[in-house]
Amino acid sequence: MVTFRVFRFSPEKDKKPRYVDYNIEDTCGLTVLDALKLIKTDMDPSLSFRHSCRSAICGSCAVSVNGKNMLACNTQVDALGKSRIVIEPLPGYPVINDLVVDFAPFFGQYRSIRPYLVSESQPPEKERIQSVEARKRYDAPAQCIMCAACTTSCPIVWTDDKYLGPAALTKVWRFVADSRDEITDERLAMVNNEYGVWRCHTMFRCAEACPKEIDTTEAIENLRREVLKRAFSRRR
Amino acid sequence: MRKHDVVIVGGGLAGLRAAIETSREVDTAIISKIHPLRSHTGAAQGGIAAALGNETPDSMEEHAFDTVKGADYLCDQDAMEILINEAPKNIYELEHMGVAFSRTPEGKIAQRAFGGHSKPRACYAADWTGHTLLHTLYEQSLRQKMTFYDEWFALSVALVNGTCAGVTALDMKTGRIEAFSAKSVIFTTGGYGRAFKITSNAAANTGDGLGMFLHAGLPLEDMEFVQFHPTGLYQHGILVTEGARGEGGYLLNDKGERFMENYAPEKMELAPRDVISRAMQTEVNEGRGIGGSDFLHIDLRHLGKEKILEKLPQIHTLALDFVGVDAITDPVPIQPTAHYSMGGLPTTIDGNVISDAKNTPVDGLFAAGECACVSVHGANRLGTNSLLDAVVYGKQAGIAARDHAKGTQFVNFPDEHLREVESDVASLLAADGKESAPKLLTNLQNAMTQLCGIYRVKEDLELCIERVKDLLERFQNIGAADKGRIFNTELIDTIQTRNILEFSEVMAVGALAREESRGAHYRTDFPKRDDKDWLKHTMAWMEDGKIRLDYKPVTITKWEPQERKY
Repeated sequence: MVTFRVFRFSPEKDKKPRYVDYNIEDTCGLTVLDALKLIKTDMDPSLSFRHSCRSAICGSCAVSVNGKNMLACNTQVDALGKSRIVIEPLPGYPVINDLVVDFAPFFGQYRSIRPYLVSESQPPEKERIQSVEARKRYDAPAQCIMCAACTTSCPIVWTDDKYLGPAALTKVWRFVADSRDEITDERLAMVNNEYGVWRCHTMFRCAEACPKEIDTTEAIENLRREVLKRAFSRRR
Repeated sequence: MRKHDVVIVGGGLAGLRAAIETSREVDTAIISKIHPLRSHTGAAQGGIAAALGNETPDSMEEHAFDTVKGADYLCDQDAMEILINEAPKNIYELEHMGVAFSRTPEGKIAQRAFGGHSKPRACYAADWTGHTLLHTLYEQSLRQKMTFYDEWFALSVALVNGTCAGVTALDMKTGRIEAFSAKSVIFTTGGYGRAFKITSNAAANTGDGLGMFLHAGLPLEDMEFVQFHPTGLYQHGILVTEGARGEGGYLLNDKGERFMENYAPEKMELAPRDVISRAMQTEVNEGRGIGGSDFLHIDLRHLGKEKILEKLPQIHTLALDFVGVDAITDPVPIQPTAHYSMGGLPTTIDGNVISDAKNTPVDGLFAAGECACVSVHGANRLGTNSLLDAVVYGKQAGIAARDHAKGTQFVNFPDEHLREVESDVASLLAADGKESAPKLLTNLQNAMTQLCGIYRVKEDLELCIERVKDLLERFQNIGAADKGRIFNTELIDTIQTRNILEFSEVMAVGALAREESRGAHYRTDFPKRDDKDWLKHTMAWMEDGKIRLDYKPVTITKWEPQERKY
């Protein structure tokens, strides 16, 4: 038997958050998301959480499980090897209801970094040619699912709401690394400050949390390297 | 009351593509019950079709013929020709927007083989093509001025004397219901695979647009055509891309035989999905499932570690995470999974919704993507043609909706419509019956899978309709445990379940009426295609709680029906 201690907070009826224990006898083959769905169907229909694809691609269901951020859908309960599992909302953002948090700050940072390919030059009639090697350069960051597990793992994000955080910075790297993007200078200038790449303390908590195994810390390192490279080449 | 020239319901690929078109010239809003980046487009894996000829010479004629044949001749060929002819231009446009296509050694967009296609024409990004399309389109939409209503759940479409006046939607964060007045409304609400127990579809794919149309007195088209994808992860239904077979994967039965030899000797594992899913069901029925069970294997081992990790990284991880199998060293257990909805909201080739079998358009109402039925996929869609459909017809519908909005005035949104919707939701919230939506849904999914699945027969379908009616009856006795307004997911589940129950009856009624076998619709009691009586589209209305059927001719331009062999 596994006890799921779940964070509950409904602003309409709760003055402060509470934790409720739910027991599930047989967890064989169950993911954390399956467990949450079982609790909702069989024990308490008022439990609220986000989920959709249940295959680790939509990015809806990131939660904190025993203090670590992960997707509920691709985490096997038995693999956690615990008889008590604490499920909480992602830390650092306002709670809307139970495990549902307000992602406005997260998407706000994302929107601030011009998160789209910019190419003002006339494109060819067909596709742009891009070598296999050039394509590989942004392969990892392009697989980000924007689940926020990384950004909400970062202690700096918790204390400084101006810091862009790993997800937004990884997105910047995705475009800097793409040979088709034409505003590299602007992008590097955007992150070359105390709220950008220099705010990262290289704690690796973001990379550890990423359910897609994207090395977000390395993405930030890569950006730093590009910033420095430009600075030195200008000096020469 | 909110007011926008164009309101788009659904933020997946079709909705975003439409919005990019409309927002250049008119005030545009997207209403989406989940954040657009959570849309199920992102789960599409294998590719998007276009006859680019980057790997081997290819032509639009071949792509068109493959599609018509795949559709078992039920698609409207004028609509299908637009899809195929517009494909290359649209793919290049997507590449220019920043889609992360994999590349050939010359740096062109890489293409792979796919089921039912005679040439490698699936443009892909490893096995996360849908993900890069969705994210790129959302990113580009942020460059343009439009309003996003994220986590607003659309509840109804309002018609005034046959003209669309707008929609109503519930703000999930506050529980408030608002009217959206619009000159043009585009429905891009996605598919309806959640009517089945084993499905590749996301929890969000509850066909809400279909429910809203039925309540507005509008018809649904060809709802009996549901595609079962051959390779869903066993017991989960999670998609294992057809690209896995495109890259050379084998399907094996208990004896280790590549059983497709007996069903489609020429195309083997790359026959269309309806053919393979039936073959798999037959293997299981005849006791050749693995260990006598109800699953088979997809074997990728011979592709080698490097190719699996480079071309199919997501499949490798999904198999590890969900069935505990390493595809590099072991075959992966799979079973057919409800995947794609060929039927849906009937439209013209401009994406304009029609209200009858005579193609009478509904002023100001449009639809595109999986929720729509243009029909380009007929009785069975080919893999990689759906992303293409969402892009090409998302754009078509966007252009038509934009032009319509530019040439018309707002219709007054009827207050009584909003009040009706509000009182409906209030009564669901106040309900204290014994039934719960998840239990009704599970019952429905079991009935649809057992009685209206890959193989269908009269007696089963009649029983299915009875069961669905019974569940609709039981829904009247629904209860709400959560009376709150703020992010009440129980309420959303309840409304979604009602939508599924209603259009599921349409599916079963259409399937019972269609006494032939065509594409994904297979009747064991009518195993032959019957062009004389059934080369026509089903149209279905809900009238006083009953389903009424009518039929619409299929448009044929160049390709006369022939025998379909693979």
